[in-house]
Amino acid sequence: MGVIADILVQGAQMALVLLLAPMLTGFVRKVKARLMRRRGPSLVQPYRDLVRLLRKEVVLADNASWLFRLTPYLIFAATWVAASLVPTFATGLTFSWTADLIAIIALLASARFFLALAGMDVGTSFGGIGSSREMMISSFAEPAMLLIVFTLALVAGSTQLSSVAVYMASPQVGLRVSLGLAAIALVMVAIAENARIPVDNPATHLELTMVHEAMVLEYSGRHLAMIELASSLKLLLFVSLIACLFAPWGLTVAGGGIGAYAVGAAAYGAKLAVGGVLLAVFETGIAKLRVFRVPDFLGAALMLGLLATLLLFVSRSL
Amino acid sequence: MPVVVVLSCVAGLVGTGCVAIAAGHGPRACRAVYGASLVLSLAALAAALVALLDGAAGPSATVLPLGLPWLGAQFRVDALAAFFLVTVNLGGAAASLYGLGITGEPAPHRVVPFFPAFLAAMNLVVLADDAFTFLFSWELMSLASWALVMAHHREHDNARAGYVYLVMASFGTLALLLAFGLLAGADGGYGFADIRAAAPTPLVAGLVLGLVLLGAGSKAGIVPVHVWLPLAHPAAPSHVSALMSGVMTKVAVYGLVRVAFDLLGEPAWWWSMVVLALGGATAVLGVLYALMQHDLKRLLAYHTVENIGIIYIGLGLALAFKADGMGLAAALALTAALFHVLNHSLFKSLLFFGAGAVLAATGERDMERLGGLIRRMPLTAVAVLVGCVAISALPPLNGFVSEWLTLQAILQSPQLPQWGLKILVPAVGGLLALSAALAAACFVKAYGVTFLGRPRSPQAETAREADRFALAAMAAFAGLCLLAGILPGLVIDGLAPVAQALVGQRMAPQLGQPWLSIVPIGESQSSYNGLLVFAFIALSASMAIYAIHRWASRAARRAPAWDCGFPEASPATQYTAGSFAQPIRRVLGTGVFRAREHVDMPPPGDPRPARLTVDLRDLIWDGIYAPIARAVGFAADRLNHLQFLTIRRYLTLVFLALVTLLLVLALWV
Repeated sequence: MGVIADILVQGAQMALVLLLAPMLTGFVRKVKARLMRRRGPSLVQPYRDLVRLLRKEVVLADNASWLFRLTPYLIFAATWVAASLVPTFATGLTFSWTADLIAIIALLASARFFLALAGMDVGTSFGGIGSSREMMISSFAEPAMLLIVFTLALVAGSTQLSSVAVYMASPQVGLRVSLGLAAIALVMVAIAENARIPVDNPATHLELTMVHEAMVLEYSGRHLAMIELASSLKLLLFVSLIACLFAPWGLTVAGGGIGAYAVGAAAYGAKLAVGGVLLAVFETGIAKLRVFRVPDFLGAALMLGLLATLLLFVSRSL
Repeated sequence: MPVVVVLSCVAGLVGTGCVAIAAGHGPRACRAVYGASLVLSLAALAAALVALLDGAAGPSATVLPLGLPWLGAQFRVDALAAFFLVTVNLGGAAASLYGLGITGEPAPHRVVPFFPAFLAAMNLVVLADDAFTFLFSWELMSLASWALVMAHHREHDNARAGYVYLVMASFGTLALLLAFGLLAGADGGYGFADIRAAAPTPLVAGLVLGLVLLGAGSKAGIVPVHVWLPLAHPAAPSHVSALMSGVMTKVAVYGLVRVAFDLLGEPAWWWSMVVLALGGATAVLGVLYALMQHDLKRLLAYHTVENIGIIYIGLGLALAFKADGMGLAAALALTAALFHVLNHSLFKSLLFFGAGAVLAATGERDMERLGGLIRRMPLTAVAVLVGCVAISALPPLNGFVSEWLTLQAILQSPQLPQWGLKILVPAVGGLLALSAALAAACFVKAYGVTFLGRPRSPQAETAREADRFALAAMAAFAGLCLLAGILPGLVIDGLAPVAQALVGQRMAPQLGQPWLSIVPIGESQSSYNGLLVFAFIALSASMAIYAIHRWASRAARRAPAWDCGFPEASPATQYTAGSFAQPIRRVLGTGVFRAREHVDMPPPGDPRPARLTVDLRDLIWDGIYAPIARAVGFAADRLNHLQFLTIRRYLTLVFLALVTLLLVLALWV
């Protein structure tokens, strides 16, 4: 019985992230619209968009290959698996040891690799420009992310997200300079990874400033729906990640019973809301960077991560 | 006795090479040679696998009455040698399989005799158990591969590549010669057993390590002695390129491991600083060079430089942990490095086979003239895609596992007592992450420009699928990449005897872990399960496909590309390899390569086309090799006068030299 219950809880987490992801995207859009004194679309608009796209026929470019058709599903699957491995309402779920934080980051890198390839498949200049810039951005975001992982792993003695989250929730952590630097760097990386302002604009339709949107320009119908869903999942993943690492309050431990799970889920919902509002406020208050300024932005994240790691190597108490 | 089996196979390979000289070079003779190489490599592979996995057997050794009269030629297969024999013969078997399908080789008589000799020499280097045999085999390996590099010597730049390779190989052998001379001491104990027994002083040990890093490092392609590698590897026929990049560089890694971990005894901690710094610099510079290349095979060759850097990072960590008595962490780092040795030999051979198939189908190595091959060569495209994902260190394939293990080893390093290492190791970790991310960018470029998009030349438009032998070789290695990625525990447990022998400890057995996870240190610290990750991705992707096609929509329509409403007919409007790399070139290349863009914009009214040219400079070549070449040329010019003296002056010179030498002798004694 225990095993079945464990697997059910894991399945509930997978369903939860899948169902909540479009909601978070809609919520951020709504808050941004309100901040700009617009009414904004309703919270369920992303779901409506997805259903509409899923029902439409796909228009494929004449020379699109099988890779182009398979990629949306691969991206969705890799992102979904990665998002379900990040603790949301509980730590230590049945399959949480399948991949540690490094592997989760690498799973997202796999998804990006295929998306960039798909951008080049049809052979248009916009697809190429998107892929090329996306890979440039990720070349700086990934090392920064890895240095953040180093910092966390050195503090918590583990790269296993559940163990790190449990450690972060325990009173022995206290305030540390390294963790503060890592938190700032993680937010910067998350903004870049999710193609948000100031790195990229998710709402842009000005071709020369697009990165993520340029790669998916040729997609339509159910393929586009999969990619949109994967982007929403990725945003949710990073908010969950930041929440479980730097705001681990309310996280329950697997096997805690229905009541504990409900508390965990409520806390998780609250964290998502706070994260969404903060993101919307940040995006509203800042202008987009020129593409060649993005490496400076991510270079700062890289330096913060390196500094945090070095501080830990030099002194275990900072 | 595995050593006897492998030696017999080597003898068979040498014999095949000799027969090939006599047997002519018709297509049937070529096929016979490659067939024999395939069978012999497989036999040696089986023997080496048995030696590696049968831990109870212990090392097996033999002495042949060849070589130095008082020493003989000593051969020995221990766990380390067995692992490298597996790598060598796996690569050799696949290259032979690929060779079976080659048609239209312009100069088969320049390839076929040297191919089995090259395989034999690489086996012999790993088998050797005394310095003389080791150096002899090493030189044989260099010369055989040089002959293969020169197979197409009339092609542009190949002669120069062969010349640079010959100079660098001689330099490397010289460094190794001096290293073994120092190791053997004044008494001339050239057997590895004698060398192991004699403990060198710290100064001698440091000198030996430096010389081996120069000698074996130049063969492996460590920056800054890598310059020959991106010239020579692409110049050879493609299956030989696969051997040189995938296997010969591993034999060079073997040379370093054998000396640094086995013959030199206990390491000093500062050795690891040198190896780590070299590894980090090599990894990042290698991938940056690769990103700037448009030649498919040269790009792959530069990537070998990057991967050797990653292997060196693992070896450096293992040296550091071993020097500080952290056996478990040392075993982890060494296992990671050796796992990457195997992985790199798999995916780099696979990618070179793919490049060879593209070259055979289109006659092009320049990516700017390729494109759209995924439609013309679908099976090659799948295999190469697997190789690209694997080399970019992405889960669930094998490249990720070894880099993940290396990162886990880096995370063990705060416990190291030395301050230098404490600061260097995280920086190297950052470099490792940077090189992995750049490698992904590089392979998106290589695969995207070569296989995706629209054909950029008529040759690419009419390409034909590769032959069945090439496809079989690629499919086998793609399958092994996947297998090593989802069942890494098999490889880690296979490497346990090597770690046990070299650092005194082994990683915990992995195959007993639940669900076949790998757990390097402890379950609460880190774990990874490639099998489940693969299964989850496959399952959720197929569920999504099924559900959407069943309940939502399965309609699809073909139409012209959208491209924001301005589809451009010419394939020349696609992103090229150069334009793909432009953002990274602008950000990193201005410093590393002194990249300068020159825009030639004609004034209004002038009908000239506008031009954008990019200047890249190889600072290592300009800074180290060009001055040396100039100095040698200058000295040769000056000494040239000595050739045109009269006989009287020669006699005077001889007399003066004699007097000087006698004077020196008198003063010395």
